[in-house]
Amino acid sequence: MKGPGLYLDGVSVVFDGFRALNNLSLIVDPGELRAVIGPNGAGKTTMMDVITGKTRPTAGTVTFGEHDLTRMDEARIANLGIGRKFQKPTVFDALTVFENLELALKAPRDPWSCLRWKLENTARKRIEAVTEEIGLASRAGDPAAILSHGQRQWLEIGMLLMQDPDLLLVDEPVAGMTDQETEHTAALLRRIAGTRSVVVVEHDLEFVRALGSKVTVLHEGTLLSEGSIDTVQNDPRVIEVYLGR
Amino acid sequence: MSDITAAPAPRGIPARLLIRGAVIAAIALLALLPVLNTLPAGSALRVSDFTVAVTGKWICYGVLALAIDLAWGYAGILSLGHGAFFALGGYAMGMHLMRLIGPRGVYGHPVLPDFMVFLGYKELPWYWLGFDHFPYAILMAMLVPGALAFLLGWLSFRSRITGVYFSIITQAMTYALMLAFFRNDMGFGGNNGFTDFKELLGVPLNTQGARAGLFYAALILLAGSLILCRHITSTKLGRVLVAVRDAESRVRFLGYSVTSFKLSVFTLSAVLAGLAGALYVPLVGIINPGEFAPGNSIEAVIWVAVGGRGTLVGAILGAFSVNALKTWLTSFAPDLWLFVLGSLFVAVTLFLPRGLAGLFRGRTK
Amino acid sequence: MLRILLLLAFLAGALPAAAQDAFIEALPGLAGAFGTQAEAVERLGAGGDPRALPVLRALSDGQLRKRDTLIILPNGTDAATGQPADAAGAETVRINNRVRAALRGALGRLQLVSANPDERLAAADSVFRSRSAENIAPLEAAIARESVPRVRERQELALAASRLVAPDAAVKRQGIATLGGASSEDARALLLEARATNPDLAAEVDAAVAAIDGRLAFKRAAETLFQGLSLGSVLLLAALGLAITFGVMGVINMAHGEFVMLGAYTTFMVQEALRGIPWLLPWSLPLSVPAAFLVAGLAGAVLERGLIRHLYGRPLETLLMTFGVGMILQQAVRLAFGAQNREVLSPAWMQGTLSLPGGILITQNRLWVIVFSLLVLALAFAAIRLTRFGLEMRAVVQNRRTAATMGIRTGRVDALTFAFGSGIAGMAGVALSQIDNVSPNLGTGYIIDSFMVVVFGGVGSLVGTLVGAMGLGVLNKIIEPWAGAVLAKVAVLVLIMLFIQRRPRGLFALKGRAADA
Repeated sequence: MKGPGLYLDGVSVVFDGFRALNNLSLIVDPGELRAVIGPNGAGKTTMMDVITGKTRPTAGTVTFGEHDLTRMDEARIANLGIGRKFQKPTVFDALTVFENLELALKAPRDPWSCLRWKLENTARKRIEAVTEEIGLASRAGDPAAILSHGQRQWLEIGMLLMQDPDLLLVDEPVAGMTDQETEHTAALLRRIAGTRSVVVVEHDLEFVRALGSKVTVLHEGTLLSEGSIDTVQNDPRVIEVYLGR
Repeated sequence: MSDITAAPAPRGIPARLLIRGAVIAAIALLALLPVLNTLPAGSALRVSDFTVAVTGKWICYGVLALAIDLAWGYAGILSLGHGAFFALGGYAMGMHLMRLIGPRGVYGHPVLPDFMVFLGYKELPWYWLGFDHFPYAILMAMLVPGALAFLLGWLSFRSRITGVYFSIITQAMTYALMLAFFRNDMGFGGNNGFTDFKELLGVPLNTQGARAGLFYAALILLAGSLILCRHITSTKLGRVLVAVRDAESRVRFLGYSVTSFKLSVFTLSAVLAGLAGALYVPLVGIINPGEFAPGNSIEAVIWVAVGGRGTLVGAILGAFSVNALKTWLTSFAPDLWLFVLGSLFVAVTLFLPRGLAGLFRGRTK
Repeated sequence: MLRILLLLAFLAGALPAAAQDAFIEALPGLAGAFGTQAEAVERLGAGGDPRALPVLRALSDGQLRKRDTLIILPNGTDAATGQPADAAGAETVRINNRVRAALRGALGRLQLVSANPDERLAAADSVFRSRSAENIAPLEAAIARESVPRVRERQELALAASRLVAPDAAVKRQGIATLGGASSEDARALLLEARATNPDLAAEVDAAVAAIDGRLAFKRAAETLFQGLSLGSVLLLAALGLAITFGVMGVINMAHGEFVMLGAYTTFMVQEALRGIPWLLPWSLPLSVPAAFLVAGLAGAVLERGLIRHLYGRPLETLLMTFGVGMILQQAVRLAFGAQNREVLSPAWMQGTLSLPGGILITQNRLWVIVFSLLVLALAFAAIRLTRFGLEMRAVVQNRRTAATMGIRTGRVDALTFAFGSGIAGMAGVALSQIDNVSPNLGTGYIIDSFMVVVFGGVGSLVGTLVGAMGLGVLNKIIEPWAGAVLAKVAVLVLIMLFIQRRPRGLFALKGRAADA
């Protein structure tokens, strides 16, 4: 089963005259794995913000399936099945690993349902399976505050898995990871894609190559080049942007 | 808020049972006070009327502290206006008590309270209707603070007004209410407020029986509120609140409507504060606009900080201990009290961020 | 001034000798029948003799006594000679309504030439109200002699009012035209009355009334604006320091109001210290400004270095902690100076009211507060934009780590910035000592308003603070007339909260990425 596709058309975001995004258009097909690269200030994070509802575009269309994302807040967009992993891992320090995952688990999200919530066996099994998958099974009862940086990254990825999103936005997932962890992450993301769309923002070209996906290059808020990693790396415009004039 | 790394509920069964046992014992001990009050005057165990009255007052403060802790300690909503919800609940009960005075007032008017006769009212203002019924008054003591909190919270939370901004707005709210209630033409007795109450539910207020009844009512409210809050914080709802406290925007990206969670807990908290105020007024026999003073609200916040926020029991402990200190100190060195209270604010925030409860609880790594 | 008074006294005294004779001649008439009395009163009034004034006043008050034709003043002297008179068997002079009516006009006319300008002013006003065509001539005479502009202005109004009741339509028109140039409610009422009795002059009257209404509306608007700006300047002073400590540094200081209070008490202390040096005493207020800045600034630096810096990044704790500090400061001042209000004197150059064209009255000390608040704003602006300290401060605010790597001692900058904001609060205290009670809880009244101003104006923007303060001040004064002072305050609070819905970051919001941090 594949979810809906992501569609950005002519999206611009202007902060005080500064164009963070400039007429950006992008289509991510259902089930596609896509890497987005670009130098600092290219608009990668702003693009994520627009898709997840953190920032309203000044102009343009953003749809996910038949839903217009520009009219929704973060929570509704998340409930449509769009998950986001931040550059800086954000987990809930005061809660245990298990509780962090439990909060992310797909379930009714209103206060009343949360008050009446009973953890059923299938849900418990699923959470336990994910703790296994992210290598934190032995730490399930520990507060997230005492996890290491890498463990927090994994916990956040685990939370995304619990959300079971149709589209996964991943912002620099391997920053600060060891080579082995990086490889592990690439494999995980490849595995996740296929049943859902994944957009990865990354600096690390080696990692992007390891993903083996179509690559989009952003520059000054607009689309510079698109294609396989080799096509992109040989594109003279990309070379100019990365190596300077 | 992220400095609080403690989990919301104590972990490890023995500690939990220990605390539960201590709480039950403390409540049982408190429940004994009115009984000991009935002992003959010479008895060594006799507890004075004053002690019963003061403890009853503290119990109401305990409920207020609990309400503040639920919002602040768990959801990270620091309200500097909970005194307003408390006072509104108190005014609702005060209106009922005024209606019950009936023709026994100084002017002897069958319906109108004295201050209305004095101010030349011809009939009751519409918003006084229904307050002659006890259930209606109790309903209003919950509904009015709840509705106000809902409105304020809805306006604030949906436009993402958080942290100190929200605190300042709540302070402005209680300040505005204080100014309004000081006005005579509001129909709430101006700066004198309400007093000289006669009876409640058919029982004259100045009797031992009435005092005991009110005391037990307050104690039941405290125990009930504690159980309710404990239940809420131990469910997934409580965990979402803690998550909102620590990383609000992350919760949004998980698909939770932060606004509705904050709104629910803030409204519930205001309702609890209103109920506490409703029991406080017959216990102390007076309510006036001074209860809206911003200083009162912030003092209540410091009870919670002293006791240890995010612990519920700690909040109650804080309310009792700070007020005990206040009662004790103001009796022989009233000038010192404000220094001590001010220093408490400084000391707790700087040196004891987890409050008294943090002292009792083992440190997390 | 004294010379003018002397001159006037001389003029009044040097009236034609014939008039003095007329005084002596008319006096016995007061002892006669009511008809004779009224006539005598008229003559005394028309004569314009200064000696007639005490006589007629005594008559009006029922204090005048007579024995046969001898008129005795309340002090027991003969009204004609000024010598002590034998009061035995004297009886009080009784009057009836006709005499009373004559007295009103006569007294008014007599006072018109009084030596005291205030009395002449009052006389003009009473003549204005009495409205008799007979007053025209004395008024014209008085105006010709009058040298004090504000008195002449009123006399001219009174003349116009008297002309209004003259039998001659042309004179009436003259009166209407003059009244149309006035800007008082009284003139308006007179005109409306004239309209009822003179339907043929309706068009002229309506035009005149419209002119007055226009001017009155302008006057009201101008006065509301001034009151609003005055309140706004107070808010600006109280909020400016906060705009720096909270707006720029993000430190929420609930003891801010107490720093204002410290400034006010410093003013009081400076004044007390200068009591022994009389020539310097009038300048105690300007001298207090730097003193208050230093005292509050030092207190701020101590607070920041000693306590606040340990709580950076924990705004709610900072809020509670500083509230406690405010409480301690208040209580300390209460114990040191007592809970009662301390009096800070206004120097003479700050007192009195300023009268602008169009009858707009402005109290001087309020005007000074407005000027002072703008000066302080300019100072704050200059310090932030033009000095090395301001540059370092902005650098630290924007990127603390980068600033530190460039060799800026961020801790020192924090302390200085906080001290600067606190010092400005102290300067506000100097100004507030002039318009508010200097008491230990002086500051509590301002803290919430100040935060509202900063939030409304936009955190981190001094221009926003200016516009916010002035806007809220004027708004408050616009609402006040029909809602009352307290409800206006409540209404403004509610409006701010609704406003924040639309623009959570205030009027002059920082936008973009920086604002998200």
